[in-house]
Amino acid sequence: MQLLFEQLLNGLQLSLTLFLLAAGLTLVFGIMGVINLAHGSLYMLGAYAGALAAAKFGSFWLALPAALIAAGLIGAAMEWLVVRRLYALDHLSQVLATFGLILFFNGTIAWGVGRAPLQMDTPALLSGFVQLGPGLPYPTYRLAVMGVGVLVALGLWYVIARTKLGMLIRAGSDKREMVAALGVNIAGLFTLVFGLGALLAGLAGVLVGPIRSVQIGMGEQVLITTFVVIVVGGIGSIRGAFVGALLIGMCDTLSRAYAPMLLKMWLTGALADGLGAALSSIMIYLVMAVVLVVRPRGLFPAGG
Amino acid sequence: MRLKTLALASAALFALNAGAHAQQAPVKLGILTTLSTPGGYIGEDVRDAILLAIEEEGGKLGGIPVQTLIEDDKLKPGDGKQIIEKWLETDKVKLFTGIIFSNVTIATVPTILESGGIFVSPNAGPSNFAGKACHKNYYVASWQNDNLHESAGALAKKLGYKKMVLLAPNYPAGKDALTGFKRMYGGEVVEEIFTGLDQSDFSAEMARIRAAKPDAVFQFHPGGQGIGFIKQWAQSGLKDQIGMVVAAPSMEQRIAAATGDAAIGIAATAHWNTDFKNPESQAFVKGFMAKYNRVPTVYASQGYDTAKLIGAALKATGGKLDEDAFRTAMLKADVKLTRGAFKFNNNQHPIQDWYEVKAVKGADGKVALETVGKVLENHKDAYAQDCKL
Repeated sequence: MQLLFEQLLNGLQLSLTLFLLAAGLTLVFGIMGVINLAHGSLYMLGAYAGALAAAKFGSFWLALPAALIAAGLIGAAMEWLVVRRLYALDHLSQVLATFGLILFFNGTIAWGVGRAPLQMDTPALLSGFVQLGPGLPYPTYRLAVMGVGVLVALGLWYVIARTKLGMLIRAGSDKREMVAALGVNIAGLFTLVFGLGALLAGLAGVLVGPIRSVQIGMGEQVLITTFVVIVVGGIGSIRGAFVGALLIGMCDTLSRAYAPMLLKMWLTGALADGLGAALSSIMIYLVMAVVLVVRPRGLFPAGG
Repeated sequence: MRLKTLALASAALFALNAGAHAQQAPVKLGILTTLSTPGGYIGEDVRDAILLAIEEEGGKLGGIPVQTLIEDDKLKPGDGKQIIEKWLETDKVKLFTGIIFSNVTIATVPTILESGGIFVSPNAGPSNFAGKACHKNYYVASWQNDNLHESAGALAKKLGYKKMVLLAPNYPAGKDALTGFKRMYGGEVVEEIFTGLDQSDFSAEMARIRAAKPDAVFQFHPGGQGIGFIKQWAQSGLKDQIGMVVAAPSMEQRIAAATGDAAIGIAATAHWNTDFKNPESQAFVKGFMAKYNRVPTVYASQGYDTAKLIGAALKATGGKLDEDAFRTAMLKADVKLTRGAFKFNNNQHPIQDWYEVKAVKGADGKVALETVGKVLENHKDAYAQDCKL
């Protein structure tokens, strides 16, 4: 029972990290119609900006704003210089161009910072663990990451459901031409949305800095799962990204935790371990396949 | 006046060129390695160490001028094969090294050997080519893959751990790692946990380890995955209750630096470390730090030793890449390496010593690896008996 509770928390924590990445990606894809493969690079740049700032100033609390500013500014610049030229093109050209951006950012980091992974420690205030029950210490930092994830989700919900900007974003993802025809500055809106997505990716990057390895290529590793999340959730919808992230994060964690154990009821140890691992590694894709069969446009598609 | 200077200069240049020609055409050394992807830092260290060895001799290895060709395989076996084919056909390269990952080795090395080329591995030593399929032009200067994990198994046994949980990514090298570990460990394995190759969050595994209550865990997660694993291990609080034993790829100089305090207390094995006292090792560390301004990894030492072995063979053959003469010279391994004692076994893989190392906080506050003692002496691999060389 206690183990299940711990694994549910682990799943929630992974889900909320995924949500930070998926929220930006789904907005950009849904509203602007751009497949941005370089979204993972913004996550990496956030982590690098954070790790470099933490090393320079010796404080996580300065690393956090540094990462947000760096990712947000680079994202806005990326939209202005490159992505803006891609709106009129087909998806294949967008994939090519943003793949090029991945190579550019990876190359720039290798040249400017070096290939060695960077060190980034847990802030002293959040190191250690909280006793959630007898024999169940849970890392404080992970609880904090969950807290940030929930706050961002609430904040995004408020912005999108309750503000004028949110109204434009919702309208833009449903009926783009109509919004433009009504005289809204669509170009400005796009730069803003792209910058916001970049900011969230950068936030995810700096938050996982103390948990994962800060290194070149870290963005590509999370990108595929993030795409699975937004496809499951329905492209263009923040609510979809949230539900999709929960579903995928929980599925991934719980299958890694329990698939081998369940299989051991029928199979011998080594076979169950191997098969369980294989099963848990394809679980999120199975979930995606099932969702797409039942709801081809995802769970909560924008404008659906 | 001006014309005269120009004429003189060209004459001088011509003389220089002629001199170079009279000397010897340089031996071409093809270095196919991994420079991009998260594994890029490994290839970078191997490449830089080889280039350091060549630079220290003024562009030569074993007194023979060497011309290097360097390409990034991007950790893609197909890309690696294309580069090798181009080097074989267009550039007429005969001597190759540099490959980091076993999957690239398995895809490219047969192409090299079928064309009569020679390959000296500075890192990967897959079991595929260590037994029946061993080849007279294939040398491994680093280790047979299993050796890494065998030494960790021997260390776990020595440390007296009775019950262990083993973790590795779910792919061939991960399964080989567990097989290698178990070959020398001999204690009870409570659970084997296979992780995903792209996995970066290990919280579910931490909870499973906590529930299994082992004395210690053995985990094989090279590079970035290992960095994430060790950070999360420390954050989960398991570090203070359960021991951890790893092999060199999961605890080397870069991982120690990136994980910091989280690495302290982990028991690891290696065949070389920065604090080795032999003069070759000390000179290498000094030279590497002076040229590149970073601490060399165990991978860098392998690159350097590979270059030294090639140099010794070239010296004996006078730079000729005649298969048999090169082989006789190479197998003698008549050169002092950074790691000390080294011999080639009949399958042309190493016979060498393995050491226990641990991460400690240095006087400068940085975490570094310290050698504790020897774990295995003159260790060979389990496949040599099947090799008919």
